Amino acid sequence: MQMPAPDAGVLARRAAITARLREAVPGAVIDDPAETRAYECDALSAYRCPPLAVVLPRTTEEVAAVLRICHAERVPVVPRGAGTSLAGGSMPTADAVVVGLARMNAVLETNLDDRFIRVQAGRTNLSVSGAVDGAGFFYAPDPSSQLACAIGGNVGMNSGGAHCLKYGVTTNNLLGVTLVTMAGEVVELGGPMGEAAGLDLLGVVCGSEGQLGIVTEASLRILPKPAGARPVLVGFDASETAGACVAAIIRAGILPVAIEFMDRPCIRATEAFAGAGYPDCEALLIIEVEGTPPEIDEQLRLIRAIAEGFAPVEFRESRSEDESRRIWLGRKSAFGAMGQINDYMCLDGTIPVSALPQVLAGIARLSGEYGLDVANVFHAGDGNMHPLILYNANKPGDLERCEALGAEILRLCVAAGGCLTGEHGVGVEKRELMLAQFTPTDLDAQMRVKDVFDPQWLLNAAKVFPLAVSAPRREGMRNAA
Amino acid sequence: MQPETEAELADMIRAAREPLSPLGGGSRLHPGEGQGLRLDLSALTGVVLYEPAALTLVVRAGTPLAEIQTLLAAEGQMLAFEPDARPGSTIGGVASANASGARRVQAGACRDAMLGLRFVTGQGEVIANGGRVMKNVTGYDLVKLLAGARGRLGVLTEVALKTAPRPQTRAVLALPGLGAAQAIPALTAALTGPYDVSGAAWLPGQGALIRVEGLAGSVAIRRAALTQRLAGFGPVDEVADWPQTVPQPGPVPDARGDLWRIICRPSEAPALLAALPPPEALDWGGALIWLRLPPGEAPALPVWSGHATRVSGAQPLSLPAPDPIVARINASLRERFDPRAILASDGPCRQISQMSS
Repeated sequence: MQMPAPDAGVLARRAAITARLREAVPGAVIDDPAETRAYECDALSAYRCPPLAVVLPRTTEEVAAVLRICHAERVPVVPRGAGTSLAGGSMPTADAVVVGLARMNAVLETNLDDRFIRVQAGRTNLSVSGAVDGAGFFYAPDPSSQLACAIGGNVGMNSGGAHCLKYGVTTNNLLGVTLVTMAGEVVELGGPMGEAAGLDLLGVVCGSEGQLGIVTEASLRILPKPAGARPVLVGFDASETAGACVAAIIRAGILPVAIEFMDRPCIRATEAFAGAGYPDCEALLIIEVEGTPPEIDEQLRLIRAIAEGFAPVEFRESRSEDESRRIWLGRKSAFGAMGQINDYMCLDGTIPVSALPQVLAGIARLSGEYGLDVANVFHAGDGNMHPLILYNANKPGDLERCEALGAEILRLCVAAGGCLTGEHGVGVEKRELMLAQFTPTDLDAQMRVKDVFDPQWLLNAAKVFPLAVSAPRREGMRNAA
Repeated sequence: MQPETEAELADMIRAAREPLSPLGGGSRLHPGEGQGLRLDLSALTGVVLYEPAALTLVVRAGTPLAEIQTLLAAEGQMLAFEPDARPGSTIGGVASANASGARRVQAGACRDAMLGLRFVTGQGEVIANGGRVMKNVTGYDLVKLLAGARGRLGVLTEVALKTAPRPQTRAVLALPGLGAAQAIPALTAALTGPYDVSGAAWLPGQGALIRVEGLAGSVAIRRAALTQRLAGFGPVDEVADWPQTVPQPGPVPDARGDLWRIICRPSEAPALLAALPPPEALDWGGALIWLRLPPGEAPALPVWSGHATRVSGAQPLSLPAPDPIVARINASLRERFDPRAILASDGPCRQISQMSS
């Protein structure tokens, strides 16, 4: 992974910079190399680089003070929520100060009548729902890492989850943020209903991968919890049939809260790992619906009638809490199961659901060509694929081959009318593939937004855009300094 | 000027030497807008792609909203964000205005249904952003930035939208005895329970109105549960139809006065209503207040957490005055996407900071 060379001037001023930071935010600065090592990577752990220093502020004012210093000293800054990015979104460079949100986890306001909660951005996704669960509410976006991942990171990456077919992703559930710009200015974006006068700045900040500012607080839409939920498991003897069944359900006007897909390699691995009792078949769907018991029955009757038209090898309807848990068990342990048998790389290209059979066939062909197995588990309702490429990290050349196969699969997704990433973000991982999806002018339009928020390109700068494409801006700013 | 293709539009914008007013049907203009040379986008029409099984529609921006609604209805689908019908209204205009109706409380705004777009900047560059898939975090979300930007950053040429199944059944409950402020607690009770409410409004003479939609059995269950939940607020009736909740603009000038759109937290609405003349409508559980004021008058409002915009009348005005940093970011973005100020769709008022003066 190529990263820009660290700024020698910044490295030389390390002691002076950390001293200024310490003075501004006492007790919040880490610069001992043994300790900064803990921040050398995120969940894209193949790539590591310890930062210059780490600051763990407690308040918006402290974040602003840190950014004012870094801005004045022209020090690159990398924002970090919980470090669970799969795309290297919070991977540092040697000349960067990591601003971590770990100490900012307070609930600032809970307003059930107006259906929102305001939290500090370091609070974990799951604990947002936890804070309102007793009152009968929940926060809908549910990325797989929800136990660990921070709301600030969710906003940065516009995180999704298994239930976005019905509830949308972060941007659809975000009402406002407090944003600190690289210059240390504090702005409030959004408002009631998520809107403010003028341009939708909240909308473009969400998903900007920490390149426009550091989100320190967020107002989130909370929803009344449904009366209940129940999954069914449907097995098929061909992936194409499973895909056709998904299309038929949606076409019939039924919108389940989740439709998850697993193929045979994935079913076998999870079965060996978790023993969820899945049928041994080519493909299975987990379809979940919500409501009161009669409402659930009504939806499942329709889903069963549609599924039977596709001759399923199994249709298993949960009859109890325990059966529901077992149906979800395999899906939820899929990544762990794959990790047990192999190193793997998880992609998240998204495709039009109609292109599913064609893309699955293409992945199988590429898998053969590269000699690496690929297991598929994904959110079928919204076309968000998660092909897992299995490789051996200890085998020289295997990681590179895996990355090359991953790039081919993502190009296949784009060619089918889809995109490189549905919910993980571009980060450093998919940066160089951006020209497969966008023209240089398309990317320039996006970079103009960064020019406005961070004219010196100091904030998480070597991400999202191909290095060569962002170089004139990054280097121009540095040379102008 | 009436371009028939995106390339023609880009040429026209590049060649322009005076401010243009990009218009679809021109049915959603705000005060001060539309004063430039008319750039008529109504010939940029056509469905590029419609895949009902993927809930995806891609259309050119000048396509009439009415045509799209007919097309979707034939497949048992709809635009979930429920844009109000207006004569001549085009999908590009709807997207540029982020026009969203009552179902926003359940299904989100227009911007939430927008999957991708193509647009032409003030320099005549053609830009694509987003795509046609439901989940997409590839690069910055310029779709949201352009949605509701009222043509100030670029002229939309194509919009990709998420469609939704039309609900099989609908029930509308009414509490006709409630005044505007009294309606807020009833609407809040409906929206904070597990009823999946798809409309929560108030109209003069009709009282509080609450809508549930879905499969027949489910609607019956939720209607019964809601009727019980709302009984304490007053007599609950059922009415056949969900009314139009977005007040329509009148002639210019309008003897009835200027129309104002006020966004607030529902819990703030009673205090705002107490300071105002009777509203024309409430929507989104009270988070949206529609108000008519004498021409040129501004509402006297206590400090609150939302904003108010004059949407008809002579002079643009938005309250409170925008934060200076936010105003600077707005102005800089316009400068980056339209450095020659060709897309001055708000006439001489080039900067948002001036809009409030």
